[in-house]
Amino acid sequence: MDRPAWAPRSIDISVPSVARIYDYYLGGSHNFEVDREAARKAMEFMPGLPKVMQANRAFMQRAVRFALGEGIDQFLDVGSGIPTFGNVHEVAQSARPGARVVYIDHDPVAVAHSQAVLAGNEDAAAAAADLRKPLEILASDEVQRLIDLNRPVALLLVAILHFVEDEDDPYGAVAQLRDALAPGSLLILTHASYEGIPLPAERAAGTVDVYKDIRNPLIMRSREEIAQFFEGYDMVEPGLVSMPHWRPRTAPEDEDPYAFSGFAGVGRTA
Amino acid sequence: MTAEPDGPKDRLRRFATIWSRAVFPVTSTSLTRPEFEQQLLPLARRLTDALHSRAAAADEGRAVGAALVAAHCTDPEALTRTLDCVDAYLVLYCGEDGDPEELRSRCARLQHTMAAGFAQALRERTLAEQEAISAAALKAQGVVAQALHATEARFRAVFEGAAIGISIADLEGNILQVNGALLRMFGLTEQHFHTRNVKAWTHPEDAPQTWTLYDELVRGEREHYHVEKAFYRPDGTVLWTNLTVSLLRDADGNPQYQLALMEDTTERRLLNLRLRYEATHDALTGLPNRTFFFERLEKALGAGDGQRFGLCYLDLDGFKTVNDSLGHAAGDRLLVEVADRLQACATAPGEMVARLGGDEFVALTTGPDTERDVDELAARIMNALVTPVSIDGRSLTVRGSIGIVEGPSGERSPAEVLRSADITMYRAKSAGGNRFELADEEADARAITRHGLTTALPTALDRGEFFIEYQPLVHLGDGSVRGAEALVRWLHPQHGVLGPDRFIPLAEHTGLIVPLGRWVLEQSVRQAREWRERYVDAGPLRINVNLSPCQLTHPALVQDTVDILERAGVAPDALCLEVTESALIGADDALLKPLRRLAEMGVDIALDDFGTGYSNLANLRRLPVSILKLDRSFTQSMQQFPADPVDLKIVEGIVALAHSLDLAVTVEGVETGAQAEQLRILGCDTAQGWYYARPGPPDRLHDLALVDATG
Repeated sequence: MDRPAWAPRSIDISVPSVARIYDYYLGGSHNFEVDREAARKAMEFMPGLPKVMQANRAFMQRAVRFALGEGIDQFLDVGSGIPTFGNVHEVAQSARPGARVVYIDHDPVAVAHSQAVLAGNEDAAAAAADLRKPLEILASDEVQRLIDLNRPVALLLVAILHFVEDEDDPYGAVAQLRDALAPGSLLILTHASYEGIPLPAERAAGTVDVYKDIRNPLIMRSREEIAQFFEGYDMVEPGLVSMPHWRPRTAPEDEDPYAFSGFAGVGRTA
Repeated sequence: MTAEPDGPKDRLRRFATIWSRAVFPVTSTSLTRPEFEQQLLPLARRLTDALHSRAAAADEGRAVGAALVAAHCTDPEALTRTLDCVDAYLVLYCGEDGDPEELRSRCARLQHTMAAGFAQALRERTLAEQEAISAAALKAQGVVAQALHATEARFRAVFEGAAIGISIADLEGNILQVNGALLRMFGLTEQHFHTRNVKAWTHPEDAPQTWTLYDELVRGEREHYHVEKAFYRPDGTVLWTNLTVSLLRDADGNPQYQLALMEDTTERRLLNLRLRYEATHDALTGLPNRTFFFERLEKALGAGDGQRFGLCYLDLDGFKTVNDSLGHAAGDRLLVEVADRLQACATAPGEMVARLGGDEFVALTTGPDTERDVDELAARIMNALVTPVSIDGRSLTVRGSIGIVEGPSGERSPAEVLRSADITMYRAKSAGGNRFELADEEADARAITRHGLTTALPTALDRGEFFIEYQPLVHLGDGSVRGAEALVRWLHPQHGVLGPDRFIPLAEHTGLIVPLGRWVLEQSVRQAREWRERYVDAGPLRINVNLSPCQLTHPALVQDTVDILERAGVAPDALCLEVTESALIGADDALLKPLRRLAEMGVDIALDDFGTGYSNLANLRRLPVSILKLDRSFTQSMQQFPADPVDLKIVEGIVALAHSLDLAVTVEGVETGAQAEQLRILGCDTAQGWYYARPGPPDRLHDLALVDATG
């Protein structure tokens, strides 16, 4: 009936959570044994998974700084997960005090933790919502309160779209969000792909199976498919590339081979 | 940083580079390696300082170990690589000129304290993060629980506040939960429900499939069913419900509970029964009405072989007089009393009494032996009417005429049977009333039912089936024709010419009298003009036209009359309107006003059938009449010779009275010359009757007038 759409019937911490697994990859302890077990299983197939995550975070930080340089001071991070270190608000607000940040996640534990971390921060908030229901994101109190949709916004969809299956219409959701953004807004996106993984695809598929087992399927998409998310955006240089190649600050050759898994890109709305 | 090649600062930098290269692959930092190296540089400096200091070396080692954790080197491998690096390169790059033995020993201690500092910081960070994530999980669970609680509270409110009764039972029929509405509907406590199995809630009126549906549902073969079902309340009254039962399944689809939703339809049902009763019963007497009677008659006539029916069709004699003289309220009470008595006559199974309308009742008997039964029934009815009915202290004698139809089922339709009964009843009535007659098919065939005539009346006027005959009015003094009375006839396509007594009462009843009367008036006035034009010498001929009571009260009477006269170009004094004495009984000023206005205009008003009612002589003064028409009953007695002296005296008195009131006197029914002579002597002014002429076409008056003129 009136139960918030996001609120699950119960919270079962005996079920692994994608957000907490991610935290574990990043060396955090915001996780439970079930999460670590799933993470370790995935790492059996792809030992370099933590490096993929690190690359994601490094890209995200570079992209946020890029957005700040473009004069954007509003950030909507969907699929933000467990805040550990170097989060959007830390990067943005240290460079530009007063920058507004809203974190969205559908994992109630991640949201609760984010809210604890953000306690006392007037310009940042976390809300529970689902990328599959973009209108609920836009209608959330936090977005309504902190984000002015008449001005450019940086929308972050970092390492989240590969958790949205085609039947849930990820392209439609991204388009709905795009349509709500003012001209000059940025889409900051990363996505998993078999392309770039320094392993045979059959082996990497073992990781995909682990995520399937924890009922959070990981959808590998091709570069072409990932590029389609940017429909209605003009790609910012250098376009859709592997993470270390997006506006690097050090030579990409120095990066861990796993960091080249998947694609990253930034687009600007016309 | 400016460092001279191979100076201490440069060597420190090189140490930091080696360190960062060793550790960077196992850190979780999102910094680049050069950035990470910058982060390690101050730590390398602190290690170098500690290497050269006697004091605080242990604190510095712990601090650097902790700083590694803060720089997200949380993987134990980061510590191993750090210690390897310190062990191999710290003294080498940063030992400068110290005592090698001393430096090595300090470096070893530094490593111990770094390990301890790292371990402690990692432990603290791990515990803090575990605590944070547990708190977040707890908080999230709280939020969800709260939402669930709110949802459940809402559902509970819906359950409790619902206007329909809700109950949940297990598949064995044990009632687990009921809501307030259900308790109120049944007038029971919750406890009662918990101790009674669903299967115990039977009722004799349960539809046959009710419990089959139930069994199918609890077996999981049916998802839901809907029935109308009655329940006993503890006080013995019956609760009628619209019952919907649904099967509830668990998450795996196995049948788990049954959910019953009940809507109290008791009142609606009563209302329906009441509406049905009202639709089938007469409001005044409470007897079954025409609708109900026809249903039963139809059933009786459709019964199988060997079944017969008997029908008594009763019409009260003279009921109209009761209504007219005592008022409708008294009439209604009479009908109620009659209804009660009739009801008492038909109490056997298969018998019924109904009121068809007005003062018409029917009694029906069915069974194999109705030939005898119906006679007895009619006799009982006649007998029941013998005792006078007392109303307002008056004792009223009630009489009735009954038409009886009896016969086997399956031969005739209800309408045919009723028509036959109606005709037969009329036969009884025209035979003097207060009797019953048995239907006779031949008589039926000849009979003209009132019904048939009534329905044919409206079209008859359109089709021009009416015509007018004129009976001359002759002056007794000189035998001259003074005018004629217009008498309407109906040339019925099947029944031939019908007199006004056959159809005027029906026309009165249906209201057709108004257009019919207007037509008669138009025709007559037109005829009067023709006569006046043709017989200028014969003196002013006048036309007499009858007004029925219904026309008398019609608001357009005066205007219509004026219009007709004007259109025909005839003076008002060419017209005389005849009104019966009974129509003016108890007439008030409102009723007399149109007559007065017509009289003032010059139209003569004649009081018809004078002497038949209880003539109120005192009343004559206030009536706007100028002519009295003596009823033919007075003239009948003068057909014999010598005439009854009392009758003569009466007529003489009436004439004297009339003349003293300035009223002319016309007599009807004059059939002999002696009569005419007698009436002339008594002072009557004009006369009509067969002695002079029967009613006939307008030309006949022409002949008479000619005779008159020549004679």
